[in-house]
Amino acid sequence: MSTPVLDVQGLAYAYPDGHQALYGVNLHVHQGERVALLGPNGAGKTTLVLHLNGILTPGAGSVAVSGLPVEKQNLQEIRRRVGVVFQDPDDQLFMPTVRDDVAFGPSNLGLKGTALERRVLGALDKVGMADFVDRPPHHLSFGQRRRVAVATVLAMEPEILVLDEPSSNLDPASRRELAEIVRGLDVTVLMVTHDLPYAFELCPRSVVLSDGVIVADGATYDVLTDDSLMAAHRLELPFGFDPRANANRAPG
Amino acid sequence: MGAGHGHKLHYHGHSRVHRAQAHLKLAALLGFMLLVVATPREWYPAFALYLALILGVIALSRVPFAYIGRRMVIELPFVAFALLMPFVATGPRVDVFGVSLSEAGLLAAWGLLAKGTLGVMASLTLAATTEPRDLLVGLERLRVPGQLVQIIGFMVRYLDVVTDEMRRMRIARESRGFRGGGIRTWPVMARTIGALFVRSYERGERVHLAMLARGYQSGRGR
Repeated sequence: MSTPVLDVQGLAYAYPDGHQALYGVNLHVHQGERVALLGPNGAGKTTLVLHLNGILTPGAGSVAVSGLPVEKQNLQEIRRRVGVVFQDPDDQLFMPTVRDDVAFGPSNLGLKGTALERRVLGALDKVGMADFVDRPPHHLSFGQRRRVAVATVLAMEPEILVLDEPSSNLDPASRRELAEIVRGLDVTVLMVTHDLPYAFELCPRSVVLSDGVIVADGATYDVLTDDSLMAAHRLELPFGFDPRANANRAPG
Repeated sequence: MGAGHGHKLHYHGHSRVHRAQAHLKLAALLGFMLLVVATPREWYPAFALYLALILGVIALSRVPFAYIGRRMVIELPFVAFALLMPFVATGPRVDVFGVSLSEAGLLAAWGLLAKGTLGVMASLTLAATTEPRDLLVGLERLRVPGQLVQIIGFMVRYLDVVTDEMRRMRIARESRGFRGGGIRTWPVMARTIGALFVRSYERGERVHLAMLARGYQSGRGR
């Protein structure tokens, strides 16, 4: 097989206060895959994400992105390759206008002038927010801000897009719009979520992280219909949602 | 991520200094500070006495000196300023190790350093031996206006929330390839602080609304 876009091996991490969050995580994500990372609150999902772009340094094990190890001297390139969209768009958007915010990442990579402008408009176009380029982010709706946050990362042309709880706080329409955008992107996606229907809708493959280890890795349908696995790791399908009844709508 | 009880400056203990009433400690700190500031800076033995006094209180509180010492780095900007003074002040000059320094500047630097250091040590000792909520009670007993006490209370309550918000913004920034350090990054820092200010202000309004929704009436105290 080709070099995986994301190659996590034996990753373990303890916070400085001694709390151990990850106990040897192994995860491979290949080009073009859309993978859901599922797990209850406190399973270590966000801790894992912060290792993917070198914000946290592993206590043991390694992370590589398209063959490039996540190490200090590669950080700039790693952060270009791994685009993380955080849960709260307000953490990400802090510039006076949408344009400045989307330009922030690529200009950190050294882009200037018309090339930068083209990147910005291209990224905003992909999320359907090109008309809002001169608006201040805090005047946008929450769903719009989430889409701009996705654009700020797309502007860096990442090889893998990491979405942390992309559907949280979205109304159903914004949720569907975001799903359409994600499905339309030609990029590898790792989606961290406990929104199981959303994972089922978007990701053919799911990985379950619980208590700092990967406890399941397989087709999303198989994971969601494995009742004993689900119950053992505090994963519950929302009321009224049954993957078996929706099997024909599973992503291909 | 495992937040301990109390705040970061507090050192848990049960010494007599810890157990003393907060309003007495506050009054003692205020009195001590006024005394230190009012002492002419040429009275060198007086400063030695003050230092002995504060070291005695720290010893009595059983807070490790290193604990206070580490937190005294907060004084560094003042130290930098004090060290600068002998070079820039005017007037008669003396030679120290071959460098020409201003006499008045030296004296002013000594005054600033001595008084500043004593003040920081005394304040840190109070912070290390008193829980924030006791401080608030102490302020109330000292008849500090209720609204002022409430504002300080909110600051204590939300300091960690805002610090956490700042940390998340930093992570989001770095994830987009930003590296801190250097004058060129200051505009970005300024915008971050601006955004943080706006969001804290908005949070303040939301908190106020939530208080009103639970029947709070301003000016009536608690």
